[in-house]
Amino acid sequence: MNNLIIAGKEFSSRLFLGTGKFGSNELMRNSVIASGTEMVTVALKRVDVWKEDDDLLLHLQLPTINLLPNTSGVRNAKEAVLAAQMAREALQTNWLKLEIHPDPRYLLPDPIETLKATEELVKLGFIVLPYINADPVLCKKLEDVGTAAVMPLGSPIGSNNGIQTRAMLEIIIEQSNVPVIVDAGIGAPSHAAFAMELGADAVLVNTAVAIAGNPVAMAEAFKLAVMSGRMAFENKLVTSVNVARASSPFDLSLLDIN
Amino acid sequence: MLKHSFSKIFNQYSWEEVCNRIFHSTEEDVNRALNKNSKLSPEDFIALISPAAKNHLPEMINKSYSLTRKRFGNTMQMYIPMYLSNECNNVCTYCGFSFGNKLPRITLTDDEILNEIAVIKAMGYEHILLVTGEDNLKVGVDYIAHAIEIIRPHFSHISLEVQPMEKDEYEKLIPFGLNTVLVYQETYHELNYKTYHPKGKKSNFNFRLETADRLGEAGIHKIGLGVLLGLEDWRADSFFTALHLQYLNKTYWQTKYSVSFPRLRPAEGAFKPKDPMSEKDLLQLICAFRIFDENVELSLSTRESPTFRDKIFELGITSMSAGSKTDPGGYAGNKHALEQFHISDERTPSEVAEVIRSRGYEVVWKDWDAVMQ
Repeated sequence: MNNLIIAGKEFSSRLFLGTGKFGSNELMRNSVIASGTEMVTVALKRVDVWKEDDDLLLHLQLPTINLLPNTSGVRNAKEAVLAAQMAREALQTNWLKLEIHPDPRYLLPDPIETLKATEELVKLGFIVLPYINADPVLCKKLEDVGTAAVMPLGSPIGSNNGIQTRAMLEIIIEQSNVPVIVDAGIGAPSHAAFAMELGADAVLVNTAVAIAGNPVAMAEAFKLAVMSGRMAFENKLVTSVNVARASSPFDLSLLDIN
Repeated sequence: MLKHSFSKIFNQYSWEEVCNRIFHSTEEDVNRALNKNSKLSPEDFIALISPAAKNHLPEMINKSYSLTRKRFGNTMQMYIPMYLSNECNNVCTYCGFSFGNKLPRITLTDDEILNEIAVIKAMGYEHILLVTGEDNLKVGVDYIAHAIEIIRPHFSHISLEVQPMEKDEYEKLIPFGLNTVLVYQETYHELNYKTYHPKGKKSNFNFRLETADRLGEAGIHKIGLGVLLGLEDWRADSFFTALHLQYLNKTYWQTKYSVSFPRLRPAEGAFKPKDPMSEKDLLQLICAFRIFDENVELSLSTRESPTFRDKIFELGITSMSAGSKTDPGGYAGNKHALEQFHISDERTPSEVAEVIRSRGYEVVWKDWDAVMQ
């Protein structure tokens, strides 16, 4: 399998894991390990970034893990930029998962504020991964202002409804020059595998692992599903979308050219 | 002048008719509400709180439990109240702080607030709820703004439960770091509201009813709703709370909402609730709110007993208090003031947290950051 490259950084795992909703920080840590992920998101509002012994952050001190702070809770670009600057200063990373959802119920991202904040944050030297609706035009505009990746949703966050935005995701994947990470709505390993088969560069999973009967085993199930979906994609999966190629090479000489 | 007002919707309903519908709900209504895949209507909520739903409590519990886990994960948030003052100019026939009650009136000074902060911080809290009685001279908006200024550096999340204010007063307080305001209607029974609140600014039913609208327009992050359960028919009052919640969700879509369940407990004056609510009733109500709205935060305070709280906290509740004192200065050991209501769960925060953890839940002390607003 090819490595995933975002902003020049290589990842051998294509599974990102969220750290919310776990029954304990220890369970979260063990799930992170079992998932093989190299990138975990952390909600800034959940941690005390200035406290050296913040329990959640302590549990994420693993050599292979990169922290991706997220701005969940902010409602506009201005608040997001302030939160991002605090994250960079305190956590010593310029990577940021930009989440701007003024709607606190479905946590749907605000496209206008997200574009504005991405542009500003890129200028300030951040590596921005914005959480967005599956909107192909927005993806291209984000690319124009220097986004490092795009993170379109498969279905509303926490819904476990799977890849409901398939038609839009296919266009986004087709057109994108930056990695496409399908975020939100992935409720089962089969959903993750499906997103990877479509050609997503990575997926982000949280609820489906955190509240599973056995989160650690579920984390491993997702790890395998993501690998299997990616292998299928890289090896030219035969899907209903692609026209099937004949199983043996066609001999042109058989044709009557006249 | 407000752009929107809940009173327009509220006035379309009659209390008697709502009661009638609640008590005539059938098993079929309950089944329909429970099996619905789309969003529930206030009519469905009526079925879920009706006596007919009592036999369906196990199904309600299952549904409420799984919706809560899906939305909020295996976590429980913790908050604690800090009483700043028991000064009050209102006469509320059920309340320990009522104007006529002879008790020492105390309003905390800066130093006393700092003493309280030290004790509360040592318990591990990051989310604090500031409470006062209603006295616009002694604990008006300026006092509260000043108190928030002192408290903000020490806590990640600040809520307020004080007299209803004007929109511009809320707009003034929000930049100081105010995140959430709780305003309980006490009862939506307009006529009897006046007999429970005969004197003081609180006797104005409509001003209180429109508080959430003023908060919504001011752009507050979270609004807490509730009624004093038992004051009037708890089912009808809860229906109006749900109706209010639904209206607010649609009108102020950027605001979060929470519902609390203050069940009447003995206060000074030995007030007898008109419609006493049992623990089983309360559980039914909590499940009904969760099934009605999977995103609403549901809160359970130390008014309830340890046994009850331990039994039901995972069935729909998302935030709990522990170690609470309901008298100003109570944490730092001030024994002069009288408490507003009696605390039933007197365990320490770490004892309660330990029970929550032992059941497989992460105890969340911090879920907000000053940088977010």
